[in-house]
Amino acid sequence: MAKKIRVLVAKPGLDGHDRGARVIARALRDAGMEVVYTGLHQTAEQVVEAAIQEDVDVVGLSILSGAHMTLFPRVCELLKENGAEDIMVMGGGTIPDDDVAELKAKGWAREIFTPGATIETIVDWIHANVKTD
Amino acid sequence: MVNDNMNDIKNAKEKWLEQRSPLKDRDFKYETVSALPVNDLYTPADIENFDYLKDLGYPGQYPYTRGVQANMYRGRLWTMRQFAGFATAGESNERYKFLLKNGQTGLSVAFDMPTIMGYDSDHPRSLGEVGRVGVAIDSLQDMETLFSGIPLDQISTSMTINAPASILWCMYIATAEKQGVSSDKLTGTIQNDILKEYIAQKSWIFPPEPSMRLITNIFEYACKHVPRWNTVSISGYHIREAGSTAVQELAFTLADGFAYVEAGMAAGLDVDEFAPRLSFFFNSHIDFFEEIAKYRAARRIWARRMKEKYGARNPKSWLCRFHTQTAGCSLTAQQPENNIIRTAYEALAAVLGGTQSLHTNSMDEVLALPTEKSVQIALRTQQIIAYESGAANVMDPLAGSYFVEALTNKMEEEAEKYFAEIDRRGGVLAAIDQNFFQQEIADAAYHFQRTVDKGARVVVGVNKFADPNEQIEIEILKIDPEIERKQVAKVQKLRQDRNNLLVRENLDKLRQIAQGTDNMIPYILECVRSYATEGEIIQTMREVFGEYKEKPIF
Repeated sequence: MAKKIRVLVAKPGLDGHDRGARVIARALRDAGMEVVYTGLHQTAEQVVEAAIQEDVDVVGLSILSGAHMTLFPRVCELLKENGAEDIMVMGGGTIPDDDVAELKAKGWAREIFTPGATIETIVDWIHANVKTD
Repeated sequence: MVNDNMNDIKNAKEKWLEQRSPLKDRDFKYETVSALPVNDLYTPADIENFDYLKDLGYPGQYPYTRGVQANMYRGRLWTMRQFAGFATAGESNERYKFLLKNGQTGLSVAFDMPTIMGYDSDHPRSLGEVGRVGVAIDSLQDMETLFSGIPLDQISTSMTINAPASILWCMYIATAEKQGVSSDKLTGTIQNDILKEYIAQKSWIFPPEPSMRLITNIFEYACKHVPRWNTVSISGYHIREAGSTAVQELAFTLADGFAYVEAGMAAGLDVDEFAPRLSFFFNSHIDFFEEIAKYRAARRIWARRMKEKYGARNPKSWLCRFHTQTAGCSLTAQQPENNIIRTAYEALAAVLGGTQSLHTNSMDEVLALPTEKSVQIALRTQQIIAYESGAANVMDPLAGSYFVEALTNKMEEEAEKYFAEIDRRGGVLAAIDQNFFQQEIADAAYHFQRTVDKGARVVVGVNKFADPNEQIEIEILKIDPEIERKQVAKVQKLRQDRNNLLVRENLDKLRQIAQGTDNMIPYILECVRSYATEGEIIQTMREVFGEYKEKPIF
């Protein structure tokens, strides 16, 4: 049996909008993944620490505060500093198209899902792009 | 009525059913957006025990189902209040002046996340968040700029602030002092509803007990010094946005309201001293009739409980006065112009439901903060309802509709079931601790998302009538990162320029008071007057009260 994909669903930054993060966390669990949810108001340091400790394959950042251009790069930098750049970073939230393009181009996020994305699309994307060893 | 014999009506219905039943219906799920099933037709048989005087009465009269004022919108239209704030106090001040010039009648301040969470702009946790989702306010200095040129004795201001509400309120009072306006002339609202933060919005700082103390301190101070201020805006808006149903929004919000009433009474206040200043804030979602029924039920439930359970004698204590905002969560990023239409129906529901003030969302709010153009369309939507549609001519015009009355009753019944469940769990604080509300909302949100994903609920432009080649061409309001740097420099300069000895003294005094049981507001006001920053005042209290920690669930 293939190893289950392990996902950290994280809410970095100060905003409290956790509806999306919790719906996604539950959907990924229902899709057979092992899901850890950080809870709210996490610093980038706390997110990276949890990702390494929980030995996840992918980190999903949910950001609706407009701070995405600060938080995505910060999480990526810290993963690298800790030798954990093999953990894939993806995310979702209220993120304008231009910023999505920049985050992806600079390697700060492999994929970003914005309002209107279905659960199925996200699950399929993770299955197609996350390799477990 | 000519034919009001219930048996005749029921017999006639049987005949109609013979005719109607063989007809094939569209394949569609006939339920509200909250998954509440609805019949295909309502008749007098659905409101058989309807008692006009007991269930509805007249506008401005108990139980206020038909509205809180005796002349409703013929006296004064609802307050058109667009929530706004971004970047720095200077930029927001310009937006407020723009809105006032365009006919807006009240201000509503949106704060940025660091201000909401009690961090100064130069705190490491504020990095990247300054001025993003609202205006950055660090000290009285910023508040003075925010209202520069806006006479505070002539405008009412609503501030969406909760955990640090006492501090921002004191800043507002102190700004008025500087304008020569005494606090008894101030009108407005602070949201100050910490219970819904634990339940849904999740912007908390302190644990529930000290948070409730701050709130009752505000009740008490307002009675004496700021008597026209709405001391709390008990909010269902965020509960709904977090994914609740209409019934949950109604029940959890009113349950929070009862909890504040009980806290005020437990603190030794007379219910009629503070209850008249409690106000509410509801969502207006896309299901037109369900929303109207929700507002009507809210007024009736509140009036009955306040009078019968809490023994309030002042009729003003019985009034469920509320602000409404159209549902952000009903808007779509796809074909954003469609959001103008959604918002218009939602706004109309709020008006037909008798709201006291209204915010209409802008079409681009799913994507970013709204531009001036989109805000103007949103405001014009309200003005068209008010001046062109005729909706404001007649009070509670849907009363007597078999459907609306049956749905209003249903809302009340379902809310009563939740009140009983909350009581069984030991009250609102206990139920929060048990994650009861959070789990109920998460379940509803998940169910809703699944229904949309399966296509069982149609969202136009998203899962039906979608345009796969759509290019969203809409101007996005960008916040210049330079704003954060400027705001950080400003607060750091303030700390050099002010009388730091006085600030230290005032903060120490506040710490002492926080450790005891006295009312903290006069001491917070002293801190604010000496230009102590929000972050410093919060940190002082945090050291005494500690921080709230949630058990994360999904």
